[in-house]
Amino acid sequence: MSSTFDAVANIIAETCDIPRETIKPESHVINDLGIDSLDFLDVAFAIDKAFGIKMPLEQWTQEVNEGKATTEQYFVLNNLCTHIDSLVAAKGA
Amino acid sequence: MRFEYFQLIDRIVDLDVDNQTIRVQATVPLSSTIFEGHFPGYPLMPGVLLLESMAQSSGWLIIALHEFSRMPFLAAFADAKLRSFVKPGDVLDISATLMHQGSGFARTRAQIHNDGKLACNAEMTFRVVEFPNEELRAHMERAAAALAFPRKVADPLGGRAR
Repeated sequence: MSSTFDAVANIIAETCDIPRETIKPESHVINDLGIDSLDFLDVAFAIDKAFGIKMPLEQWTQEVNEGKATTEQYFVLNNLCTHIDSLVAAKGA
Repeated sequence: MRFEYFQLIDRIVDLDVDNQTIRVQATVPLSSTIFEGHFPGYPLMPGVLLLESMAQSSGWLIIALHEFSRMPFLAAFADAKLRSFVKPGDVLDISATLMHQGSGFARTRAQIHNDGKLACNAEMTFRVVEFPNEELRAHMERAAAALAFPRKVADPLGGRAR
């Protein structure tokens, strides 16, 4: 997961002009890093392209809106990276 | 183009679903009140309208790829460059390519050629969502017909959600 985190953290740092050292595995994309939904589209684009996946953002958002999940489950970076790893693994299966 | 209806493309020349590209043609009007202000004695098509024409071209590509089940709304421009003036009467060749279809968003790259020369280019991000109401979807269907939209397109993005 560490290489996934490094890649994602670098993407966020470059895309959103956030100091790399402030991006931690426990950072929440919205609450801690201050990334809004529009900026996150740029992040999502870069992540999708870098890993060759399509993060199911609409599904995740719907689950949060319906109370079936918390934002932390998807938008805290170590959790996000776990989901990315799962999507990469599923792609290769 | 019909500025007053914010219709900035005239017809779809080519739509390639497999390669996810579109080409459209647009003719800048010879006269418009817009030119009276932009600028007096030196009419130029405003750069922001050139950007919008690329956005509309990209938007029709996205609509086609979703087979009219989803509506794209422009969200962001990146690396937009206005390289040369565009004048009344110019016939523009606008092309757009899908760079990525994400979940609920899309990113395209578009160019405008004027008399064979690159005049404008940009990357765009769109939010892609279900049509907010049937009225808008019906309007887009009618607008598509007026643009000679090729309706025999498959559903290459997987399933028509209605």
